[in-house]
Amino acid sequence: MSIRTGVLVGLVAALTAGCSLAGNDTHDGPSTVTLVTHDSFAAPQQVLDAFKQQTGITINVVKKGDAGALTNALVLTKANPIGDAAYGVDSTFASRALSEGVFAPYTSPEADRGPQRYAVDSEHRLSAVDVGDVCVNIDTTWFAAHGVPEPETYDDLVKPEYKDLAVVENPATSSPGLAFLLGTIARYGEQNWQNYWTRLKDNGVRTAAGWEEAYSQDFSGSSGKGPRPIVVSYASSPAAEIGDDGKPRTKALLDTCYRQVEYAGVLAGSPNADKAQKVIDFLLSQQFQATVADNMYVYPAREGVALPHTWTTAAPLPPNPASLPADAVQAGRERWIEQWRSLLGQ
Amino acid sequence: MALLARPVSRTGLGLAALAVLPLGFLVVFFAWPVGAILRLGFVDGGVLGALAEGETWRLAWFTVAQAAGSTAIAVVAGLPVAYLLARVRLPGIPVVRTLVLVPFVLPTVVVGLAFRALWTDGGWLSIVLANAFFNVAVVGRTVAGLWAVLDSRAEDAARALGASRWRAFRSVTLPALMPAITSAAAVVFLFCATSFGVVLILGGARYRTLETEIYLRTENLLDLTGAAALSLVQIAAVLAALVLGAAARRRRESALRLRSRRETARRPAGGEWAVVGAAVAVLGLLLTPIAALLVRSLSTADGWSLAGYRALSSTGNDGTLQVSGWEAAMNSLRTATDATVLAMIIGVSASVLLVALRRSPGRLARGVGESMDAALMLPLGVSAVTVGFGYLVTLDALPGDLRRSPLLVPLAQALVVIPLVIRTVLPVVRSIDDRLRQAAATLGASPARVWREIDVPLTFRAVVAAAGFGYVVALGEFGATSFLARPQTPTLPVAIAALIARPGQLNNQMAYAACALLMLVTAAAVIVIDRLASGRVGEF
Repeated sequence: MSIRTGVLVGLVAALTAGCSLAGNDTHDGPSTVTLVTHDSFAAPQQVLDAFKQQTGITINVVKKGDAGALTNALVLTKANPIGDAAYGVDSTFASRALSEGVFAPYTSPEADRGPQRYAVDSEHRLSAVDVGDVCVNIDTTWFAAHGVPEPETYDDLVKPEYKDLAVVENPATSSPGLAFLLGTIARYGEQNWQNYWTRLKDNGVRTAAGWEEAYSQDFSGSSGKGPRPIVVSYASSPAAEIGDDGKPRTKALLDTCYRQVEYAGVLAGSPNADKAQKVIDFLLSQQFQATVADNMYVYPAREGVALPHTWTTAAPLPPNPASLPADAVQAGRERWIEQWRSLLGQ
Repeated sequence: MALLARPVSRTGLGLAALAVLPLGFLVVFFAWPVGAILRLGFVDGGVLGALAEGETWRLAWFTVAQAAGSTAIAVVAGLPVAYLLARVRLPGIPVVRTLVLVPFVLPTVVVGLAFRALWTDGGWLSIVLANAFFNVAVVGRTVAGLWAVLDSRAEDAARALGASRWRAFRSVTLPALMPAITSAAAVVFLFCATSFGVVLILGGARYRTLETEIYLRTENLLDLTGAAALSLVQIAAVLAALVLGAAARRRRESALRLRSRRETARRPAGGEWAVVGAAVAVLGLLLTPIAALLVRSLSTADGWSLAGYRALSSTGNDGTLQVSGWEAAMNSLRTATDATVLAMIIGVSASVLLVALRRSPGRLARGVGESMDAALMLPLGVSAVTVGFGYLVTLDALPGDLRRSPLLVPLAQALVVIPLVIRTVLPVVRSIDDRLRQAAATLGASPARVWREIDVPLTFRAVVAAAGFGYVVALGEFGATSFLARPQTPTLPVAIAALIARPGQLNNQMAYAACALLMLVTAAAVIVIDRLASGRVGEF
């Protein structure tokens, strides 16, 4: 007993010595800006450190789920925001954030270097930081091996030669799934999109709950080596699937892309607004924009920022992506998802 | 009047002091945040309308049905394992004790993917099997805890009187084990009814439970009214399961003659080998997905590779994580330690309080005790996303804006661990004969001395076992952690989820290597704890 007690006391002491109850490292000093963002946020530490060197501002990153969850967290906490700035509200959710008054107006001096192209409101409460395109990806090796011509458009996907070959994500549970649905609505219009999806369903399209399952299990072009050679993913995905020969194994169909713009803004009610503005400037700066492709698999919103070498061949920015106005998405999103669910019997 | 009031009020005062900690914690970190979110749902109106929808009841039905199916399978698979752990003297049993707990901590997203790889279109059956996979350990270890110390002489007597082995088991041993089985089943049912990742991945959008629908409506649709309505239904279902579980536990009050495992375990003979065979088969099935994960962590398009394991010392392909895999493992250990310490302080004081309430005279106190017991279990049955969003809208009112504090993750994990601590410690505290204490007090021992000489030694092992189980649960907790963890300090499950959400072979391999690391850490923790508690386990 006494030996055991000794062991236990020693163990507890050892464990609690290293425990974080004691040390409270919130970094909530006067020169700290809390940046609320989504799960996909990633930035090299050197770049954040360099920013701190230049301005004396430490960026404390807090992640809150995907773009939808992030927006909802911001809406729920708008009376007493959980941060000073937010990054990652995308064009699908921008209207909700704006109509709920989550963001304060701020025009960054960096905004006229390209981000302005994607402006959503005249008060400049949101600045575009990056753009990402959701496109149908195909496993080029599979099509070559089976002697089937590669599909190119939405219309191709409902042709008999592509029966049972495609996997898409459920728009209710997946953001690329929602983007693809919006892409088909942009392409076929309110009148005809359901008709298109009926044909897609009749052609044996498979639905997965999330991108992880669709891409890493159902898709034949990923390391999961699934059974289906057509998947809804990102325009940038082929850059991650380059073989030892340096050639991409997959390809994005550039006629099937839907563009999502990700925005950043200063949170209304932040006591730190002036420093939060500096963080927005930083997100739009050449320095930060040069990191977004490698770190977050998205394209910089700023003009003249070079893409990584592999991207220029494997994952060029789609020239003519579709998109819907933010308020149209806001008005239709729930209804479209509901219609999609009953259409697909999900 | 004064004569009557004095002793009551002194006990009452002591109990009240003891109640402050667990009740205070429950109110501040559970009832208030969850209540605030539910209230937001009610403010918008329409909760009653949402309750009346046929869809709500279809979801409730599927939730209960899949959980009942998983529970049944977990019990059937868990019993032979319990027998193996409790009654069989063969080499390798300690290894089995450790191995059965490993599935319990695997991140649901990984298990979901593993099961989906086995049956691409498994539908509801794969949901049921995956949920059972997680929970075989709960049944096996809970039932073994009682079985190992159950006196076998009654069974031997039945055999001597000519009963077959099966008959003796059915009419003597099984009834004695029944309280442990039903108690385990109630907990497993709770876990399965509220399991989230598995249902989301394996059910696609076709098979949905209350839990996945609450998540969808809260996190994606911001339909707090619908989420509130579904939460009410879920809480009602959870309370029903708790009442059933409590009824089963009450029957366990009947004194059992307990013996040490050393006396009861022996080499199996005859038909008993069939049960051992069944247990081994169950173990084989449990290890299949685990082996598949290990294979996956080692295989690349061009053959075998350790690249995934080497990558654990990096931050992933193109800096997916902000810290390395090893640092994430260290974070896991640290937060799980904090959560366990918190949960032990609160869980043990709650157990002592509950036993005191139960023993105190008067039906009111007993009634309060029963309601408190149920209230303390409730966190197991409330959606993690509800708790997470609740923290966002309430905890800024506390000094220091806790929403930005690194303490938030251990607090949320402790919420999940506390019910398990109580279920493990309470039965043992309850079984201490009060006459021992009274005798010591009569002989002049101070209350502190009584506590040190009687309560601590008798409950020590159960407390260590509870801490161990709680630690393992905190290590694997994903729902609340993923919502609250900061990117600078991800836990291993959070890091795995982040890695698996990126394209590229290396990220994938690293995710599976991180799973292997999580299993290793878990196994090591279990071994240490089992050493300390050596054999004696409460309800788990």
